[in-house]
Amino acid sequence: MSMHMEQTVQPPVDHSVSYPKFLWRALRAATDGGPLFYGSMTILTIVALLGANAWAKQVVHGMAVTDMTDHVSWGLYVANFTFLVGLAAGGVMMVIPAYLYRDDDMHDVVIVGELLAVAAIIMAMLSIVVDMGRPDRLWHLIPGIGRMHWPISMLTWDVIVLNGYLLLNLHVCGYLIYTRWLGRTPNPSWYVPFVFMSIFWAFSIHTVTAFLYCGLGGRPFWNSALLAPRFLASAFVTGPAFIVITLKALRARSAFQIPEGAIERLLSIVRITALINLFMAASEVFVEFYTGGSHTASARYLYFGLHGHEELVPWIWTALGLNAAAAVVLLSKPLYRRPGVLVAALVMTFVGVWIEKGMGLIVPAFIPSTLHEIVPYVPSATEWIVTAGIWAFGMMIYIVALKIGLQAMSGRLVRSDLPPAVGAVPQEAE
Amino acid sequence: MTDRKKRRTLKILGATLGAGAFARAIAPLSALSETTSMEELLQQHYQELTPKDLQRVLRRLEAETKRDYGVDVTIEDVPPLEGVQFAYALNLSICIGCRKCAEACHEENNHDRGTGNSYIRVLEMDQGSMDMERGRTDYDHTVPAEGKFYMPVQCQQCENAPCVTVCPVEATWQEKDGIVVVDYNWCIGCRYCEAACPYHARRFNWNKPDVPAEEMNPNQAYLGNRVRPQGVVEKCTFCLHRTRKGRLPACLEACPTGARVFGNVLDPDSEIRWVLENKRVFVLKEELGTRPRFYYFFDE
Repeated sequence: MSMHMEQTVQPPVDHSVSYPKFLWRALRAATDGGPLFYGSMTILTIVALLGANAWAKQVVHGMAVTDMTDHVSWGLYVANFTFLVGLAAGGVMMVIPAYLYRDDDMHDVVIVGELLAVAAIIMAMLSIVVDMGRPDRLWHLIPGIGRMHWPISMLTWDVIVLNGYLLLNLHVCGYLIYTRWLGRTPNPSWYVPFVFMSIFWAFSIHTVTAFLYCGLGGRPFWNSALLAPRFLASAFVTGPAFIVITLKALRARSAFQIPEGAIERLLSIVRITALINLFMAASEVFVEFYTGGSHTASARYLYFGLHGHEELVPWIWTALGLNAAAAVVLLSKPLYRRPGVLVAALVMTFVGVWIEKGMGLIVPAFIPSTLHEIVPYVPSATEWIVTAGIWAFGMMIYIVALKIGLQAMSGRLVRSDLPPAVGAVPQEAE
Repeated sequence: MTDRKKRRTLKILGATLGAGAFARAIAPLSALSETTSMEELLQQHYQELTPKDLQRVLRRLEAETKRDYGVDVTIEDVPPLEGVQFAYALNLSICIGCRKCAEACHEENNHDRGTGNSYIRVLEMDQGSMDMERGRTDYDHTVPAEGKFYMPVQCQQCENAPCVTVCPVEATWQEKDGIVVVDYNWCIGCRYCEAACPYHARRFNWNKPDVPAEEMNPNQAYLGNRVRPQGVVEKCTFCLHRTRKGRLPACLEACPTGARVFGNVLDPDSEIRWVLENKRVFVLKEELGTRPRFYYFFDE
């Protein structure tokens, strides 16, 4: 798996013939599985379709079917978008050890992080599409035929970096999987430069997403230089946490070999980033409340309620409680060694960051409004169903991509005219 | 081998079912094809339309208004005038908070009747404080109330407008007379401008505006008060369909106390020029550097 494999002389391949063949074989590999696989895919398909249906109705009847108003003009969709960009960036915490520190254990499963990035970016983009009042005018954003307001509008930067990150990860994963299928040694110059670009790019996607908010002078709650660093810290909690859960599930439910070293490395990352994230939250809370004044009205609304309105108070304290409890568990060996406790802690901090960065970050910036009016916001049924649909669709992509990716990387998915590689997994994954 | 064949058949069946269900799930979208023409879908940005294209667009919009609202309206392209820079000033000493301006805006600009939308919000504030946090817009009593003063807020037509900066598709821009406009047929409805505006000046069309035929103002402008499509952002245009033709904004004409002063600051004899030169005027949230063209002042 090392990128310094000895180059052997390889016979030429006609890609116009072998690539379609590869796609066909990958499709079969992606759709083969046991009852658990078919069962979960069926459920995910149903949820995704319900989401698509709710979105279609929203497009026709207007966004009045959401609970958003001119006062709280961004809600659950944008909250979810913000979180998902972080999840996508979090995948880089596998890539850095694997490629910069030459961690071989990590290198064996690094594709899990890259495929998570692909799925999360697609979910993030869908979250923006469903938030648009006129999705039929999406083409206005395309340079050349539309009018992209670049480089002035931060949103255009986001469009560029998100698409770029998606392409980079698709290329790296696609190239490696295809080469494995051909039974060849990947040529480092075809993918290693892109891996290094993707490291830089992962930081850029979340930085740009933070700049989207923190550059607005009219929203004091967001107008903080700490926003981008905080985004990155929390992204490096959720990304590795989600990957560890994935690796543990793969180990329990499939025949793939998951090296313990990779899990340990990811956990040591989460251990630190969870603390950094809590520290930054505390830092912001201090500035808001020690300073006081009308600029802190949003923070007061979020943490304690304002003028009798307390809609977000339970959310944020749940988030802080989950994050703090998870941080304690992850630091205490007697605790996380118990069966199930570790995964529970990872789920807790994942949910905690989702609340803190989503509902806890987007909504309070609008409450009170810029004219200091308090109009509460609670996501409507449509918003929940559409969001669930996006997650279901993203998880379908993730599962299918993992099936293809891991089978290829373990030598199970190869050209039929080649003998199976040494150490191939004898049995297909769920 | 038969097992594999059976599996393949089942897979094809599953895929067909899935595709069929997907078609059903997004079927509501077909309703759009009845209301959204291909011409509208492919329409270019306002600034890229040739005069001929623009005329065709205006006629199409008139026909659509007739179809959807049953009214004959005239939609014009009203360009900015040479040598004109608009500014607005409001005398807080004499505003009584009657909200006549907000009401006039609602009618003049063909706002959605269901939401009672208006580009103007009036804040009731405590005498002796400029803290907007303590202001209220939902007051419901006889005005003016003892110990209160009133501050109507609408688009400040900022020279350094955050809403224009953030728009990802250049659907909103500042015209040379200072008015910030929106091409309602180019806006993608992302509402980034709404998040960026420090004055709550922008509105989004959460649904298709409802305006009864008999209440429709038929004198309309492309960048102004024509009925907005669903899913796009709109804002105060200083009534450009009136002011660019030498008339006054509807909110000013409706004001019973004469608290509002509007005009061309480049005209040395204008009333607005006199106010700016002789009154101690201020702007809202000056510290944000937005440089509003909307000024407030007190008499004494």
